[in-house]
Amino acid sequence: MDYLVDIFLIAVGAALINNFVLYYFVGICPFIGVSRRVDMALGMGGAVTFVISIASFLSWTLTTLVLMPGAPVTRWVAGFFMPADIAAAVDLTILTYIVYIFVIASSVQFVEMYVRKFYPLLYKSFGVFLPLITTNCAILFACLIIMSHVVGVDNPAEAWGLGKSLVLGFFGGVGFTIAIVIMAGIREDLDLCDIPEAFKGAAITLIIGGILAMAFMGFTGVDSGLRAALGGAP
Amino acid sequence: MSNGPTPTERFIQGILPENPVYRQLLGLCATLAVTNGLKPALTMSVAVGFVLLSANVIVSLIRNLLKPHLRIVVFTLTIAAFVTIVDRFLAAYMYQMSKALGPYIPLIIVNCIIICRCEVCASRQSVLTAAADALGQTIGFGLALVSIAVVRELLGTGTLAGLPVMPAGWPSWVIMVLPPGAFLTFGLLLGLVNWIDAVRSSKRRRKG
Repeated sequence: MDYLVDIFLIAVGAALINNFVLYYFVGICPFIGVSRRVDMALGMGGAVTFVISIASFLSWTLTTLVLMPGAPVTRWVAGFFMPADIAAAVDLTILTYIVYIFVIASSVQFVEMYVRKFYPLLYKSFGVFLPLITTNCAILFACLIIMSHVVGVDNPAEAWGLGKSLVLGFFGGVGFTIAIVIMAGIREDLDLCDIPEAFKGAAITLIIGGILAMAFMGFTGVDSGLRAALGGAP
Repeated sequence: MSNGPTPTERFIQGILPENPVYRQLLGLCATLAVTNGLKPALTMSVAVGFVLLSANVIVSLIRNLLKPHLRIVVFTLTIAAFVTIVDRFLAAYMYQMSKALGPYIPLIIVNCIIICRCEVCASRQSVLTAAADALGQTIGFGLALVSIAVVRELLGTGTLAGLPVMPAGWPSWVIMVLPPGAFLTFGLLLGLVNWIDAVRSSKRRRKG
């Protein structure tokens, strides 16, 4: 039960309370660039959610099995070259950033090729956005949050498992989609408004983003209330 | 040998005419996230500057070996290596700052400014030009960050770099140091920059 409450709160937290775009400012570039039409925004959101889930899975697996101190695969490989006690202490965390960005870049490439070959219709709706996603901060940001909950924890029992990591990644993408679709809806109506010349384009988008961020601040504190209502441990 | 803008031109262009934040709208994650105070903004500018300079120099040195379809991967891996250095350095010598900046230091890897400069300048021009370009862009980025951070910190807490500036009894506009303040401040400043620019260019047109 506690586990389900945790999962639920991670999902609500990633999608609404600490929205990736409006609270952490990651993925701002597509938020400003691609949010002109609702259908394009939905395509971009779908592509990001898809890639972010894959990247979460890969980053959790690699961190737990290879990168963190005492990870099983590293210990096994290092065991061939050095005594067992030294092999158990091999720590590859310093390589995490390089490994993550490499994993993201290559998985985006593979996803693009796979989708183009086997799902031409899907490719038509969001394929063009895929190459842009490599440099989308939201993906790397999700990987880094997962890493901080796997490597950085003091109590090993609190380290995140695969389930929590996937939920964070997927709902982070959902939050991104929610923000960018709301923005696109507002901007479609904005075309009919008389905006001062200097504020056209990015400036007015940012100001609207600020008002949206204020609205999303209304979710602050919802998580502790939900936890109390669902009867989980505080 | 190499054509295109000279080192001096590149340097000056980066500061205002091609300011990475106000003109090219690049690196916005960092711009919005770390400008709730002057100190984190300056630290971020120095960190980005170091990575940008190192990456530009390395990419410029290996520009003749780069294969077109692999170049983005090479850029990102080079940047990731230097970001790791910055991250470890901050964690060792400025622990509090490293905690405060949190994930935004590793996120320099996907900062579009650096990839853009590698692509536009460093992969085509000599080391000297690439270094001058990196310095100019860094100063431009730093100026933009500082301009936003000053407004936000002054209005949000009445201090500058932690020192009280506003008269006692200043009602802190807490919203300015929270996420919405970042969007509002940057949006308004961007509009202001566009407006000044439009006024200046219309004056020039009237003269000419």
